[in-house]
Amino acid sequence: MSHIKGIAASSGIAIAKVYRLEAPDLSYNKNNVDVPEDEVKRLHEALDISKSELEKIKAHTKKSLGDEHAEIFSAHLLVLSDPELIQPIEDKIKSENVNAEAALDETANMFIDMFKNMDNEYMRERAADIQDVTKRVMAHLLGVTFPDPALINEEVVIVADDLTPSDTAQLNKQYVKGFTTDIGGRTSHSAIMARSLEIPAVVGTKEITSKAEKDETIIVDGIDGDVIVNPSEEELESYQQKMNDFEKQKQEWAKLKDEPTVTADGTHVELAANIGTPDDVEGVLNNGGEGVGLYRTEFLYMGKSQLPTEEEQFGAYKSVLEQMGDKPVVVRTLDIGGDKELDYLDLPKELNPFLGFRAIRLCLERDDIFRTQLRALLRASVHGNLKIMFPMIATLEEFREAKNMLDEEKLKLKEAGHDISDDIEVGIMVEIPATAMIARQFAKEVDFFSIGTNDLIQYTMAADRMNERVSYLYQPYNPAILNLINNVIEAAHAEEKWAGMCGEMAGDAIAIPILLGLGLDEFSMSATSILPARTQLKDLSREEMASYKDTLLSMGTADEVVAFIKEKTNQ
Amino acid sequence: MQEKTFTITSSDGVHARPATVLVQKAGNFESDINLHYKEKAVNLKSIMGIMSLGIPSGAEVKITAQGNDEEEAIQQLQETMKNEGLGE
Repeated sequence: MSHIKGIAASSGIAIAKVYRLEAPDLSYNKNNVDVPEDEVKRLHEALDISKSELEKIKAHTKKSLGDEHAEIFSAHLLVLSDPELIQPIEDKIKSENVNAEAALDETANMFIDMFKNMDNEYMRERAADIQDVTKRVMAHLLGVTFPDPALINEEVVIVADDLTPSDTAQLNKQYVKGFTTDIGGRTSHSAIMARSLEIPAVVGTKEITSKAEKDETIIVDGIDGDVIVNPSEEELESYQQKMNDFEKQKQEWAKLKDEPTVTADGTHVELAANIGTPDDVEGVLNNGGEGVGLYRTEFLYMGKSQLPTEEEQFGAYKSVLEQMGDKPVVVRTLDIGGDKELDYLDLPKELNPFLGFRAIRLCLERDDIFRTQLRALLRASVHGNLKIMFPMIATLEEFREAKNMLDEEKLKLKEAGHDISDDIEVGIMVEIPATAMIARQFAKEVDFFSIGTNDLIQYTMAADRMNERVSYLYQPYNPAILNLINNVIEAAHAEEKWAGMCGEMAGDAIAIPILLGLGLDEFSMSATSILPARTQLKDLSREEMASYKDTLLSMGTADEVVAFIKEKTNQ
Repeated sequence: MQEKTFTITSSDGVHARPATVLVQKAGNFESDINLHYKEKAVNLKSIMGIMSLGIPSGAEVKITAQGNDEEEAIQQLQETMKNEGLGE
């Protein structure tokens, strides 16, 4: 029996037999051949089988995950039919009298190297595609089995070093109960796929492939990130119970999907989601999100070799707005610089990146980048309920300058005949203590506040959240933080504006009762936290929580706050 | 031989999905079909060939077709270019 700790990538519990998904041995000998024509024939046979397998996988993917995920296999199929790849392999077999294996490997590697060295990420990814498909052809040439998870027909948990896109796409939920890998993190491809398939997964275990043998019983706990191989009777029983409880809880949560979020004493608060791409909207709607409280636009700028164009941004914003219908979508303008780098902007390294040239500071200086984004947003505004939010605002002048640029672009676009919505709310993210301190002055000019707790905490406590030695200072419940939050909410309400929160804290079970009592209007969190939060809020009374406000704000330490809340809410 | 010149209007140039569709389309014809960009010409039936050109937005490209179905090929490829928002 072994217990292994990994990263919880997709929640739920899976108990089944181990299925090891291993890369086949594709080593070969380079031989001279007497009849090159036979080798060409073998090559084409291997290509044909590979193509028909890929067609099957593509059809399977289309059915289970939709057109978008299936598209990669169209590209794979084109590679296998590519005359510029196949012809050189044939030529090599004929001119050098070598076996098909050697000709395939050497020719494919030449292309892989060529694509890998291009200065464009899209091209580098194509190198992985060529590698992926030539492996399949090679396996058929060598007569070794190429593992196809699509062929699994009994309940299993997949154990692998890592899962490739084509592996994950083939997983049949009926039989594959979960998976666990040596490498990967919460945002790696396999983890994202696991969440969209809703199969429990634990990734990044470092050693699961050396601990689990074929057909052994294995438990994957995607809630807490644990993996147990050959569990004891007691463990099996307790995880069976945990699995049933999780299923029951999910059913309870699902009942609230289309319900508004109302507290026990009838107050409505808004539960929204944080997203990074248009693809995330589906999860927001499936989890009953009442809006998007934070759309991080950085992903449009990252992993590329150049700035995204206005059209590209317009397409993404429009897609999110249309999918959300009349529900509010708060888009945060570019928050880049500091620790989030963009190679192509060539920004100098800084000693204190979190206190440096980032977000709105960068945007106001590089207004060419900023104005492009604002134009794309303004043009998209007619497709839904758009709200624009500026990050890292420290002074009123910064807000005024940003707002002024927005108004200028709006006027220009209108003069050019574009339709622009007239009710776009413009707000700020409150993450700098200076702004929280004079929120009252800001509230006269902004339409809303959204409190970004991750940064607000590190700036208020003067503790780098990447530095483990000072991690004890990352205290969301510290009364200093609560007083700042309270100041922001009161300032908003005094001017009849709304206040939301889009940091990790907004979905936290201890923080939710406190924030409700302070009068927070909107809570924005990861999509999967929405239904649990709605369930919790249903049983809380806003009036009761508000009555604890003065007590909480005058407490001395974070521990006192936590103990008080736990007692009052039976946690 | 048939030929037609296009200006690439897609803001990303020729890559990703539209390129896949274009190559798939070209593969449906018997004719030899080439795409010319600057001094280079590549087989339009080759996804790797097309992508290796790295054609940017605003570029001028020429598609040529030679064979039995050359006329239909050019006509349909022109439609694909337009439908995929690649160029006109």
